[in-house]
Amino acid sequence: MPDKRLLILAAVALAVAAAFMTVGLRGNIGFALELRAVRLLTLVQVGVAIAISTVVFQTVTANRVLTPQIMGLDALYLFGQMALVLTLGSVGFVALDPRLKFAGESVLMMAMALMLFLPMLRRRFDIGLLLLTGVVLGVLFRSLASLVARVIDPNEFAVVQGSSFADFNTVRPDLVVIGLIVTLVAGAIIWRLRHTLDIVALGADSATGLGVDWTRALAGLLLLVAALVAVSTALVGPVTFFGLLVVALAERIVDSRRHQLLLPAAMLTAIIVLLGGQIVLQHVLGGAATLGVVIEFVGGLVFLAMLITTSKR
Amino acid sequence: MIEIKNVSLRLGDTQILEDVSLTMPKGGLTALVGPNGAGKSSLLSLIARLQPLQSGSISVDGLAVDTTPSRRLAKTLAILRQDPAVASRLKVRELVGFGRFPHQRGRIDDNDLRLIEAALQQFGLTDLADRFLDHLSGGQRQRAMVAMAFCQGTDYMLLDEPLNNLDMMFARQLMRDLRAAADKDRRTVIVVLHDINHAAVYADRIVAMKDGRIVADGPPAEVLQPDVLAKVFGYEMDVIEVGGAPLVLHHR
Repeated sequence: MPDKRLLILAAVALAVAAAFMTVGLRGNIGFALELRAVRLLTLVQVGVAIAISTVVFQTVTANRVLTPQIMGLDALYLFGQMALVLTLGSVGFVALDPRLKFAGESVLMMAMALMLFLPMLRRRFDIGLLLLTGVVLGVLFRSLASLVARVIDPNEFAVVQGSSFADFNTVRPDLVVIGLIVTLVAGAIIWRLRHTLDIVALGADSATGLGVDWTRALAGLLLLVAALVAVSTALVGPVTFFGLLVVALAERIVDSRRHQLLLPAAMLTAIIVLLGGQIVLQHVLGGAATLGVVIEFVGGLVFLAMLITTSKR
Repeated sequence: MIEIKNVSLRLGDTQILEDVSLTMPKGGLTALVGPNGAGKSSLLSLIARLQPLQSGSISVDGLAVDTTPSRRLAKTLAILRQDPAVASRLKVRELVGFGRFPHQRGRIDDNDLRLIEAALQQFGLTDLADRFLDHLSGGQRQRAMVAMAFCQGTDYMLLDEPLNNLDMMFARQLMRDLRAAADKDRRTVIVVLHDINHAAVYADRIVAMKDGRIVADGPPAEVLQPDVLAKVFGYEMDVIEVGGAPLVLHHR
């Protein structure tokens, strides 16, 4: 039985998507619609990828104020890009087939995420230590990326800089299809694992007692999270707090941490916030601010609020 | 049958368990007792494959715990840890329902629903079933965790200090329920107990541990002797007999 709150969310998401396609249409309708359709597809899959990767990551780490990005997973991706520019030069970097580049970077990132986190997980390290390591590594990769940025030619730097900030306006038609495939496959696998995720949320001991192979489950889930982060980072760049914002909102709406409810709710909330925010900024405020900045600002506030309320309890 | 052969465990510089061998036949209620840091919880978590085995071997019903798939073991063996972390935004009924996960992988059918309701009722949780776990008292939460372990419906149940946080009524009730599980359902129950008098009344067998070794093993009347107790716990205590069972005056 579909939950009533989910149905309402789905209806709102559809309405927002319809508004996104139609509000303020003028000029060559066919061309505008096509452009908007690609943007819609981009924003929807970015929203979905960030929402479900954040839910899964929070479940695995048993921490509700974390996103994969706070742990520096996207910094890993950016560092990969910087390293590519450094070795190939900006000409070579631009000339690379973007899909090939995306595939290579994603695989690299997944491999590194596993290499970094799995040894700690296998030896059942304390999750606090794991998080601390993640944060430190995130800083390390960000610093390395900026070091590379200083070393390279200013022209080459300009090429990389474009991909280092969140940008919801650029459309990447070349990456939309491959991103869509990754998001759909990862999303389907995570949806099939929704009951297992409920058990994983109980922690290592209880989950093992209930028959979950902890190390294997964690490795698989981390890989999926890494793939989804690669999609969103490749399409719009690093977004740190957006996932936190939508998952916290979705949890309020469905009042549950059961993945059967939370996963679709977080997805739909992400779509509504992204598309709705874009409409408001573009058509109501006349492009006064960029969506990336606004979302990060609000998300950051939510992050602080959650930190304060959890420490009070 | 649970067979533990020559199991040692070392964490850092500390020897937690030293060459422990123990056989527990199917059925009956065994109590593990001993002072803090004796290795009782470690032994339990090794049997339940929550920690990797360093040396020796452990098998439950002929299944080696270090090589058998976790999911297969979860149908044979349930474990309740001390102070388990509790996920937020989870209702009591949902948590108890998770006990059916090894059998159904999340698809709950009518039979599961019946078992869940029965477990809720058995542990006095029916009125609390739709409350969130983080809104309950420690004792109520403990009862919910025990109900989940019962709901798993395994032949073997390991419980690490299940009486923690329980008031006298529910502590007595839980020991009676464990006794009934051993007698009526032919389950094998192994329980770490701090209150030695609960062990005296309800256990078939008491295994006393100290410094990672087994120092006494036998029926309650045999183990609960002043000299044995002094060896295990490090001080003299009187033992009297009430209603056919030994009563240890450990608090005087």
